[in-house]
Amino acid sequence: MKVLIAKPGLDGHDRGAKVVAHALRDAGFEVVYSGLKRTPEEIVAEAIQEDVDVVGLSVLSGAHLLLARRVVDALRAQDAADIAVVVGGIIPPRDVEALKQLGVRHVFPMGTPLPEIVKALKKEPQR
Amino acid sequence: MKEINAHAGFPIAPVYGPEDVAGVDFARDIGRPGEYPYTRGIHKHMYRERVWTMRQYVGFGTPGETNARFKYLMAHGQDALNVAFDLPTQLGLDSDDPKAEGEVGRVGMAVDTLADMEEAFAGIPLDRVSVSLTINGMAAPITAMYYAVAEKQGVAADRVVTTPQNDILKEFIARGTWIYPVDPSLRLVADLIEFSARQYPRSNPVSVCGYHIREAGCTTAQEMAYGLAIAAAYVELMLARGMAVDDFAPRISFNFTAWGKIFEEVAKFRAGRRLYARMLRERFRAANPKSWMFRSLIGGGGSAFAVQEPENNIVRGAYIALAAALSGAQTMALPTYDEAYTIPSSKAQLIALRTMQICAEESGVADTVDPLAGSYYVEALTSAMEKQIEQELASVERMGGIVEAVRSGAIQAEVARQAYLFEQKVLSGEIPRVAVNCHVGEAAAEADRDVELYAFDEKAHAAQLAKLARIRAQRDGAAVQAALRRVGDAARGRENLMYPILEAVKAYASLGEIAQAMREVFGEHKEAVKL
Repeated sequence: MKVLIAKPGLDGHDRGAKVVAHALRDAGFEVVYSGLKRTPEEIVAEAIQEDVDVVGLSVLSGAHLLLARRVVDALRAQDAADIAVVVGGIIPPRDVEALKQLGVRHVFPMGTPLPEIVKALKKEPQR
Repeated sequence: MKEINAHAGFPIAPVYGPEDVAGVDFARDIGRPGEYPYTRGIHKHMYRERVWTMRQYVGFGTPGETNARFKYLMAHGQDALNVAFDLPTQLGLDSDDPKAEGEVGRVGMAVDTLADMEEAFAGIPLDRVSVSLTINGMAAPITAMYYAVAEKQGVAADRVVTTPQNDILKEFIARGTWIYPVDPSLRLVADLIEFSARQYPRSNPVSVCGYHIREAGCTTAQEMAYGLAIAAAYVELMLARGMAVDDFAPRISFNFTAWGKIFEEVAKFRAGRRLYARMLRERFRAANPKSWMFRSLIGGGGSAFAVQEPENNIVRGAYIALAAALSGAQTMALPTYDEAYTIPSSKAQLIALRTMQICAEESGVADTVDPLAGSYYVEALTSAMEKQIEQELASVERMGGIVEAVRSGAIQAEVARQAYLFEQKVLSGEIPRVAVNCHVGEAAAEADRDVELYAFDEKAHAAQLAKLARIRAQRDGAAVQAALRRVGDAARGRENLMYPILEAVKAYASLGEIAQAMREVFGEHKEAVKL
């Protein structure tokens, strides 16, 4: 399984993204980290280029709905809708369902234990 | 008996006694409050003369909304402001920039032109209120706007007290609001320090932040070590410009966190003050005692708090306030209990302010200076922290110094490694977190529903766009273009950028336009992405 952990938008808080990346790597995933301030288009291009199974978006600024929608749409437009999108960060409870309706597979709000994230991603199908 | 370690790594003994402080020389290592090396605090009488400044971090939506919240907190006894800017502002993008979409007014207030800063501080007397500006990559233009607003209010330059954060090195390490490559970014830091030292003698043109590096995951000792290394880098930068150390060092300030183990935090600050005083006096040959003083905002960080049962965070906040007071804070700020969910509600802000006020007025912690001095434990811990901080400083040197460590990404990788280690210790239970990894209740899910969520106002974004369009239409376009050309010319040369930036600001050039004029010359930073 290969995962791209990505920071879309302008948010510069990368502790969560890096901690999750480390945890997934320790759990046997192959992990790529995008670095900060990537556009949804850049993230989708990297996901396809790296041939990942899952894209994990980390957003703490409040712009998660817009950014997740753009990534999901861009994956569809590139015929790569089988790449699962998951989102973590400061996600208010009311937005969890909204993200899932956009096509996001899992939402991991602040405080989600790492083993729960690992377990959820292990269940995702490999492409 | 269970082994217990400080967050800094060394073990904590079950009992301390005289043998643990045998190596401490009272006059050399501790001294009296207000005297070198300031271990016990930078003022003789500390809070007996003046309690710490209370400065909650506030800003959201439009400048008008933020102005109203400022006034709300001031009406409840907050005596100073700390402004949060939205991400487009922090990154030099106007509200109408396509890259700003979805982020305008989210994590702070939106600022496009001087008109926004005028509105944010309308009715707030800038000769009496000190204002921190949490701005780094864009510190030069935002501070220029602040100086221009003060001037318009008729405030004399020597009455203006503002603290732009202006600490770009920690942005490269943690927080991420860098724009330009490392060298021109450092030049902007130095331009603002030099300009302010000459024109605005009571401003604090840099606030060195260990805070955000700790929030990003480093240990207590690393937080202090990295902060001291960054401060030294800025001192060297100014010396290289030919300034005398005592011409700027008295106005260097700090911003650190105090969550975690109370006594370890206190020891961190006592050791940090001692190390900073020695560094400025012995290494940099500063002669003015004010140059030796480690003046700090001390507050909590959101990472101290938990998402589970959020009201418990109110209690955690009280312990942070206690730790900050025992640590000798000049200024205090607390996170709000709802931060893991939302932009703080006014109720949550008021609880944080009241927490500090209760600590100051009711707890007795402010009655006497450095009440923990002479405790076997605290003095031994202070010495242990000092040693650990020195070791961390040496490891920064092995990375090639703080600037090189930032450029290569080595220090960012170390901070991320520590963040992961911390998380593993929480998972294993080595670091206990109530209602997270111990005493876990069933109430967590219920509590979620009790948090009042900030309703982001889409209309506010539209209002901000309309205002920017109106200002672009009304201003003297030719004057703006000429001012922006001068910013670009100055960026190409060596002139202090603050002068042309101030001129551009006063012509109502937008922040995005000023940032772009410099971007065309400096280019953009390419992050060294390392895991």
